[in-house]
Amino acid sequence: MSFVYFIFIPMLAALVIPFLYKKVRGIHTGWFVLAVPVILFSLYTTFLSKVKNGESFTSSFEWIPSLNISVTSYIDGLSLLFSLLITGIGSLVVLYSIFYLDKTREQLHNFYVYLLLFMTAMLGVVQSDHMISLYFFWELTSISSFLLIGYWYKRDRSRFGALKSMMITVFGGLMMLGGFVLLSIMGDTYSIRELIASAPELGNHEWFVWSLILILLGAFTKSAQFPFYIWLPDAMEAPTPVSAYLHSATMVKAGLYLVARFTPIFASSEWWIWLVTGIGLLTLFWGSFFALKQTDLKGILAFSTVSQLGLIMSLLGAGAISFHTGIEEDSIFKYAAFAAIFHLVNHATFKGSLFMIAGIVDHETGTRDIRKLGGLMSMMPISFTIALIGSFSMAGLPPFNGFLSKEMFLTGMLSIQDFNLFAFDTWGILFPIIAWIASVFTFIYSFYFVFRTFTGKHKPDLLPKQAHEAPIGMLISPAILGSLVVAIFFIPNVIGDVLVKPAVVAIQPYLYDVPEDIHIHIKAWHGPNIELWMTIGIVLLGYLLYATLSKWQPLYNKFPQGFTLNRLYDTMMFLSEVGTNRLTRFYMTGFIRSYLVYMFTGIVLLTISTVFIKEAFDISFATLAPIRFYELIIALVLIAGTLTILLAKSRLTSIIALGAVGYSVALFFVIFNAPDLALTQLVIETVSVALFLLAFYHLPKLNRHENRMKFRLGNALVAIGVGVTVTIVALSAHSQKLVPSISSYYEKTVYKEAGGGNIVNVILVDYRGFDTLFEIAVLAIASLGIIALIQLRLTKKKEVNRIEDK
Amino acid sequence: MMVFFWVMVILISLSMLAFIYRLIVGPSIPDRVVALDSLGVALICMIGLFSILVDTSFFLEIILLLAILAFIGTVAFSKFLEKGEIIQRDNDHS
Repeated sequence: MSFVYFIFIPMLAALVIPFLYKKVRGIHTGWFVLAVPVILFSLYTTFLSKVKNGESFTSSFEWIPSLNISVTSYIDGLSLLFSLLITGIGSLVVLYSIFYLDKTREQLHNFYVYLLLFMTAMLGVVQSDHMISLYFFWELTSISSFLLIGYWYKRDRSRFGALKSMMITVFGGLMMLGGFVLLSIMGDTYSIRELIASAPELGNHEWFVWSLILILLGAFTKSAQFPFYIWLPDAMEAPTPVSAYLHSATMVKAGLYLVARFTPIFASSEWWIWLVTGIGLLTLFWGSFFALKQTDLKGILAFSTVSQLGLIMSLLGAGAISFHTGIEEDSIFKYAAFAAIFHLVNHATFKGSLFMIAGIVDHETGTRDIRKLGGLMSMMPISFTIALIGSFSMAGLPPFNGFLSKEMFLTGMLSIQDFNLFAFDTWGILFPIIAWIASVFTFIYSFYFVFRTFTGKHKPDLLPKQAHEAPIGMLISPAILGSLVVAIFFIPNVIGDVLVKPAVVAIQPYLYDVPEDIHIHIKAWHGPNIELWMTIGIVLLGYLLYATLSKWQPLYNKFPQGFTLNRLYDTMMFLSEVGTNRLTRFYMTGFIRSYLVYMFTGIVLLTISTVFIKEAFDISFATLAPIRFYELIIALVLIAGTLTILLAKSRLTSIIALGAVGYSVALFFVIFNAPDLALTQLVIETVSVALFLLAFYHLPKLNRHENRMKFRLGNALVAIGVGVTVTIVALSAHSQKLVPSISSYYEKTVYKEAGGGNIVNVILVDYRGFDTLFEIAVLAIASLGIIALIQLRLTKKKEVNRIEDK
Repeated sequence: MMVFFWVMVILISLSMLAFIYRLIVGPSIPDRVVALDSLGVALICMIGLFSILVDTSFFLEIILLLAILAFIGTVAFSKFLEKGEIIQRDNDHS
């Protein structure tokens, strides 16, 4: 089955959407779009039963066969899980957007074209086995995400957010491409599967760590990890369906997918484990800590997404530890990968529903500012219920799926200190502590999100609109996700067996062969162990802190704004724009004098340093001819003329001196036996002196400075440098003649072959007539150019006069 | 014979130096123009002497050319000094 073409179905549909939008105005365009993800979802579910048994499928088509580049779709547990998330949540988001976006006011064709492009890109990312096509789709996600964030392009904030996310994710994407290239050179293949197969040999390569760091940069920027998370809160200017789809469920998980996919290759490196786990945990804490500072509903959710992505990332890092510990039954790290994938699914469900609820609140009250909201519970009971389910799941409370993954997360973090490699046994104790504190903050902001919005005092005068419950169509999607949240808690092992275990096999192929080998059973009640006490502690402390929130929340404003990462980003953008502008203005002065100084200095430095480095500095006077008396005289005249040009007070004197120099050169030609050159030189010199006089005569009267040239030390140094350089080069070149001259051939054959007596003229028109032809062309162009310059200028002047006359 | 030749060379060189002095110092422009013209003639003499020295007839063309150029140059300068321009435009174009 050539399922590789499934990837391109949304892209093809995107071609048709604008026509449908223009022709069928009566029906909301979203209904046509809805068919695409639904069909794809049902197509991908047919793989489930086989993938569950550990099978995998490949399908590919050649793209650039001569460069060994193809688009290869590889479906195993991991890519199938992601494909189902993309198409499944994609269907729900499209359904939601049908009710969220107005048919008449919004440019729906743009929206759905971007969204379908994104869907293709995302499917391509998760299914690509070929690294180049993976990078291609990766950048396509960046571009389509840029378009979607800037959907309301008339707003400043939208454009700013779109640009910021573009800059950061494309930076990461480019780094990732570098990592891919290094990896493909190391492994001599572009196929990720083949690289995984040869993973043990790659570890010793000198570029291994470089490619690791570059690929992680790509993953961290896309998945909004510290310190690259800053684009995600600004991307909240996008329409809410986009935030729900891209910035909670799919695109930001592309980085997680990348980390999971490359774990079998890089897990042997301590860099990988430390970076992935450490950055993930830092992001978890940072995101949850700053989520409480936000007053915008989507801002809270954005920081919460950052934090939860950090959680999954740290679990993936902990899962990589199992590469070192092996498959012993008591090794807890193999749970970590399972927990990561499980939480990834859970997060997609509850975060998607929460975003949709935030959109509903925005849609029905007109504001997302949590300070203006409150007491919506009685007006929007269904939304409140869904929000409550999502928030409690996010906080990690039973009976919702977040509880299960949070328990497994704590188990994974607790067990890190047992790992006695790479200094984890000394620093490992920090991990559960940070994770626990972050969980407390997660608890607080989850409560903050749902209770500040829906309970408390209703403030109708602050709301732009009269609040009321959303239409039923808008509630379908979050309701489905909310019921999934509850359902997964009660039947976690179905999800675990069908979706998670095959994905874990893909992440840890060195541990398991088929999904049945994983003996993990999720239990809601796992006995009174330390994780349970930690959860109870989270709930108690979290509730205590939430109750006193109004007392200590203002402390956030004390955080100095100058040290935030956003400020850093703004400063960097400012510096790169204004700084480079200043730099350019500093050296691009607009004066030809400056550029000539640069050029001549460059010539002098390059030539002199080359001569010295290559030790070509070699002057011998042995081959020189003796100097004759009259040569000396003419040389003195030449020098005198040149000095007069430089030191003359008036320009007229300079011109005459220039003529004198030209005539002395003609004399040189005479005494060096070159009559043709002397003839030409004399005529040309006369004509050009006449032209100089012409130009001199037409100088404007006011600016005819009759004073000496100003002396500039820099100019003098450069001029002396150039002169010395050329002299050195000429002398060195003359002293090292390697090949004999070919002129003896001309001498012998000038009459025999060409039938002429004048050797110079025979060379010009017979031996090397081509040069003469094109020098004639040069003269023709010059004369035509002069005519054109004079004529065009005259006609322009006439036109100006005519306009002035009127 | 060669003594005579070198005396000629030295004399013409000295006169050229005198012309150059007038060219550089010459208080008015006509002084300089005349100096330049004379310099051209002296140059012709030098080239003639040089042709004798190296025993060739190839430089006679240069002598002719220099004579023409010196004439044209002097005439052009004179016209410039007299009328302010060298090539007059046709009357109907002005």
